Amino acid sequence: MLRLPRFRYLRPKTAREAASMAAELGTRAMFVAGGTDLFPKLKRRQFEIDTLIGLDFQSREIHDGGAACVIDAGVTLSAASRDAHLNAMFPGYAQAAGLVSSPPLRNAGTIGGNLCVDTRCNYYDMTYEWRKAAGFCLKKDGDICLVAPSSPRCWAVSSSDTAPMAMALDGWVILAGPDGDRELPVAALYRDDGIEYMAKRPTEVVTGLRLTAAPNTRSAYVKLRRRGSIDFPIAGAAVAVALDGDTIAGCRIVLSGVASHPLEVPAADEFLKGKRADREILKEAADLAAKPAKPLDNADLSHFWRKRMVHVVVEQALEIATTSTRGSMVKLSQQ
Amino acid sequence: MKVVGKPLPKVDASAKVTGRAIYADDMLPPRTLHCRILRSPHPHARILSIDTSAARRIPGVLAVITGADLPVKFGILPVTQDERALEHEKVRYVGDPIAAVAATDEEIAAAACDAIAVEYDVLEPVMSIDAALREPKDERIQDYGGPNNIHKLVALEFGDVEGGFAHAETIREDVFFYQGNTHLPMEQHSAIATYLDGKVTLWSSTQVVHYVHRALSKVLELPMNRIRVIGAAHGGGFGGKTDPFAHEIIVCKLAMLTGRPVKCTLTREEVFYAHRGRHPVLMWVRTGVAKDGRITAMHFRTALDGGAYGSYGVASTFYTGALQTVTYDIPAYRFEGCRVFTNKPPCGPKRGHGTPQPRFALELHLEKIARDLGLDPVELKRRNFVQPNTRTVNWLRVTSCGLDECVDRVMQASGYATREKRIGHGMGFAVSTYLSGAGTAIYWNDMPHSEVQIKVDRGGVTAYCGAMDIGQGSDSVLATIVAEELGLQPADVRLVTADTDTTPIDLGSYSSRVTFMAGNAAVEAARKMRAMLVEATAAKMGCEASAVEVGDGRIGDFSFEEASVLAEARFGTLTSAGSYTPPRIAGPYKGSGVGPSPAYSYSACVVDLDADERTGLVSVNKIWIAHDVGRAINPLLVEGQVEGSVYMGLGEALMEEQTFRKGLHKWPSMLEYKSPTFLDMPEVQTFIVETVDPEGPYGAKEAGQGPLLPVPPALCSAVYDALGVWIDEIPVTPEKVLEALRRKSKGEPARYGPPMFPPIPYPPPIKVEPPPKDLDHASAAAI
Amino acid sequence: MKNETLRPVDRQVIALEVNGERTEMLLPVHKTLLEVLREDMGLTGTKHGCELGECGTCTVLVGGKPELSCLVLPIQVQGQAVTTVEGMAHGSQLHPLQQAFAELGAAQCGYCTPGILLAAKSLVETNPAPTRDEIREALAGNLCRCTGYSKILDAVSLAASRMG
Ligand SMILES: Cc1cc2nc3c(=O)[nH]c(=O)nc-3n(C[C@H](O)[C@H](O)[C@H](O)COP(=O)(O)OP(=O)(O)OC[C@H]3O[C@@H](n4cnc5c(N)ncnc54)[C@H](O)[C@@H]3O)c2cc1C
Ligand code: SF4
Ligand code: FES
Ligand code: FES
Repeated sequence: MLRLPRFRYLRPKTAREAASMAAELGTRAMFVAGGTDLFPKLKRRQFEIDTLIGLDFQSREIHDGGAACVIDAGVTLSAASRDAHLNAMFPGYAQAAGLVSSPPLRNAGTIGGNLCVDTRCNYYDMTYEWRKAAGFCLKKDGDICLVAPSSPRCWAVSSSDTAPMAMALDGWVILAGPDGDRELPVAALYRDDGIEYMAKRPTEVVTGLRLTAAPNTRSAYVKLRRRGSIDFPIAGAAVAVALDGDTIAGCRIVLSGVASHPLEVPAADEFLKGKRADREILKEAADLAAKPAKPLDNADLSHFWRKRMVHVVVEQALEIATTSTRGSMVKLSQQ
Repeated sequence: MKVVGKPLPKVDASAKVTGRAIYADDMLPPRTLHCRILRSPHPHARILSIDTSAARRIPGVLAVITGADLPVKFGILPVTQDERALEHEKVRYVGDPIAAVAATDEEIAAAACDAIAVEYDVLEPVMSIDAALREPKDERIQDYGGPNNIHKLVALEFGDVEGGFAHAETIREDVFFYQGNTHLPMEQHSAIATYLDGKVTLWSSTQVVHYVHRALSKVLELPMNRIRVIGAAHGGGFGGKTDPFAHEIIVCKLAMLTGRPVKCTLTREEVFYAHRGRHPVLMWVRTGVAKDGRITAMHFRTALDGGAYGSYGVASTFYTGALQTVTYDIPAYRFEGCRVFTNKPPCGPKRGHGTPQPRFALELHLEKIARDLGLDPVELKRRNFVQPNTRTVNWLRVTSCGLDECVDRVMQASGYATREKRIGHGMGFAVSTYLSGAGTAIYWNDMPHSEVQIKVDRGGVTAYCGAMDIGQGSDSVLATIVAEELGLQPADVRLVTADTDTTPIDLGSYSSRVTFMAGNAAVEAARKMRAMLVEATAAKMGCEASAVEVGDGRIGDFSFEEASVLAEARFGTLTSAGSYTPPRIAGPYKGSGVGPSPAYSYSACVVDLDADERTGLVSVNKIWIAHDVGRAINPLLVEGQVEGSVYMGLGEALMEEQTFRKGLHKWPSMLEYKSPTFLDMPEVQTFIVETVDPEGPYGAKEAGQGPLLPVPPALCSAVYDALGVWIDEIPVTPEKVLEALRRKSKGEPARYGPPMFPPIPYPPPIKVEPPPKDLDHASAAAI
Repeated sequence: MKNETLRPVDRQVIALEVNGERTEMLLPVHKTLLEVLREDMGLTGTKHGCELGECGTCTVLVGGKPELSCLVLPIQVQGQAVTTVEGMAHGSQLHPLQQAFAELGAAQCGYCTPGILLAAKSLVETNPAPTRDEIREALAGNLCRCTGYSKILDAVSLAASRMG
């Protein structure tokens, strides 16, 4: 049986206290919320820490303030996916939460943890013994990237389903640090780096996500994965579209699973502005959106195919957001 | 019949639904030590030295062993005794066991493994069939077999093959590839051993207590009567727990050294290394057909990627050529097979052992021939179906055969013939066959393949049999048969199974043999017991034995309990025994031991799917499957086996693959090795066809493997129906579909698959005269 | 890397409520609920197939909802009711789901069964008449290699109809 390493478990009562503990302990400690991302990685010895700072104190409410809404970081993915208010106001976000992994995992995994989920790579998300046999890589214990050996950086993939949606919705994260709270646009939470993938300070605790509904804005999330459940996204499209009649007043498309951070595609957003939402236009936008996606050979299925599929997921997400139907779309998996 | 044929719950159902069934890893006797195994990080290397001193110094470590402690080689087949429990000379795949630790807890054992220092001389790994056929750069993987890294070459020819081709109207050649995949039982292998009074006892998650018993005796150098092997409740095998494994031997050795119980449960990653799964097989087939679609001759070549050790590989190789003739009447047939060694975990038997790969090739190949001739593929196949009570050109005896009925059932239900033809939607069809137990044992001996003893004591019935219930329900089948004969309910029969100390031999749960063989042994034992009960009752009643009716818990005028008292008074201790030895039906040639079975099951399948031109994605809507099981002793269990087989076949067809990158298993995890979830499984409609086999118990044949086989070819045929491209290689991933579509649009052959079959130095074939074709049943049974 | 094994173990007294019984135990905090149930409480009905959250075999109910016990620490579930397969039957009376699984042959090797039973229990308690698709959705995190899922779907439907 794979087991966790020995660690101490600290139980702060507030986010501020948790942040102070993190400041004091430095890299020896990590936060843990649902543990669904962290525990498998600890069992595979992908982190060396001796202390966990439990975020069990986190409250688990969705504060419905009409157009604006704050989701506590401790809200589980299943609660978020079923919440009536979220489904009405931010359907894409509820869809994304409901498409994470599998039902029992979503009952423990939190939306805060999902924003902070580690980047993934199938040379890295392996047991210690496997990595030792393969040769350790840059992200942990080694000095080269096994996917792109000539590259000085790590290309591990951002694989959160909800982060791109939160970005597309112009969400803000609420952070608690040892010295006080601040808010950041979700987009500012990430860095294009497989190793240092988060731009927040390591001592900061995510305490909530603030979403504000823009007028006439509809959202959708489409996820590609091999099976109908359990799997991470190998390409995903989060879109939020503001409509003025059938003209697109504004649009934000963010991709998951194709870069080391949730990937914004401003060229596609720009292109759509002011256009009518018809099939041809959406298709063209999807082609623009797919351009910057650079999947590598470190996730399921071939990167060539995944790259092609970015067009499809974007197109489908745009179609759902602009027409609220799935029409006769290809089933990407049995979702 | 009172209980045979009824959908009764399994005898172990309550234990399983309440969590009370005890699997090997559930056992934790006091003072149990935990074992972890150090495994090779290199695919191919010589071991220069192993230093265990640091590991031994860790507090909590009680024993550390290496290959020097267990030098005797073993292996499932007598001809390939090439494995060691721990290697100290050379490692042959990433995951090959090198050293083992027993410690007070698992974390300490793992840390101790990490503290063992091994020096290697790293050798060039051989990772593909092509590479194995070439001269090795450094050295060969095994020091036996054919040239280069060839393990086994076979070549057989039945009838006039050249003549057959000469008479053909059309001849077609095709090349196919079936990717390797693994069993992925939900339960990770686990074994726990104790040692007391010079005697070893092992509880293991195995399909074959008998073969484990033999291997332990050999490697531990103890007589078999000093070793007891017990099959714990079983969490799934599918062929993956049919070899004796290193960890089973290791825990015994460690228990002997420490005097404490020692347990080893493999991690999921280690299960991928234990493997023995489906061989990747490259295939070439050439067939001649007459104008009417009748086959005139067939030439079939296979190349199997065997991994690093022999395992069942020699048998697997023969199986890739054996059963083609059991569905189609092929008048002249040449088979050339080759297995190579590569630096990967060893392949072996997985559900359908060696036959799903050629079945895949054969079904698609015939479909292509039909389209060449402008014939309906179903019709072409039907014209070539074997007939009951015949012998095939390679001497296999076919008795009951429900092929036609199976096809009728799925055709009617699916509406295949009148299907809607539109781009993106397709239906595909295939048939298959499988053995009801291999006609010959793995090691040569004259003993029965299965034995059952029955004891009746104060009304209680106990049946003893070495058979191992691996979830397929073999215990329930035994109880049902004994109950049927004695006029009881299955729940009235106590069972003692899979324990080498207390039960008579059964060779184990592989090759779909248990219902057929242990079932026949149970029928014999139960009938003998019944005769004693009837005789004693008749004497008391003062009537003829033939006047005594048995059933509903009564024997004549008496309750079963009263009758058992009468019989015990008359005969003393009431025991009876039965056994089953398959008829000697193998043909008169070397290699004829693989393929014969006392009876063959048959299946037919239709797959309905949507396939998308833009993405290459395939989405299966429904599967219809009909299976000729002879007789369903318990229809619920048969349906369960059929549905489970379809599931596994669909997984293999669409997503499961055991692939390697840079010498390593690419993804030894349940997340990355894709096994279909609830949401990936379409509705399956199952039809049970009963042909009542003359030799099966109550007419029963196998159900657990055959229905897997037609699913992959039916799926590929449906993809062709939908998009007009052939995917001649499974799994059918969207990338392959798109690539085939791209080629089609460029005017290239509309297919994705291996371009060619490599030249292989097959020996000249052994020429075998075919037997007379028709077989009257009486003389057949006498052979 | 394995030197963490030599670190001292942080043991804490943890109050658990499993199948309605409350216990306090001194436990290493890094042991998962799966390990504690099986190794410290003798509740071996909870099985495991990966220990990484990838197969669903280890599913138990926490506060009535299915969770993966291989990814939960006992310290995180203090104060919440934990239900394992051992807690499903009423005395010697099988739970309707257990009864239906037994009757329809939904447990072959039975290794995935405890986890699936618990996920199904949570489903039928929140949705007394689930459709086949709803059952599929709810059980989608639980792999089974034996049954092809058909008999499991039938058994959950049957149990739900009997309970309704
Ligand atoms: C088999 C499997 C499949 C999965 N599939 C998916 C998938 O499809 N899509 C997907 O998005 N994810 C997937 N995941 C990843 C993960 O389960 C989810 O992302 C989940 O939401 C993580 O939440 P958690 O609360 O469990 O996080 P944890 O595991 O507790 O934490 C994850 C990381 O975030 C940090 N963290 C957690 N909470 C906070 C906080 N409040 N403030 C600061 N840092 C914090 C932790 O220190 C840790 O580094 C999968 C995981 C597994 C094991
Ligand atoms: S992308 Fe390269 S460096 Fe990053 S985890 Fe993968 S192999 Fe390692
Ligand atoms: S054991 Fe596989 S999910 Fe927990
Ligand atoms: S019954 Fe064997 S895994 Fe489900």
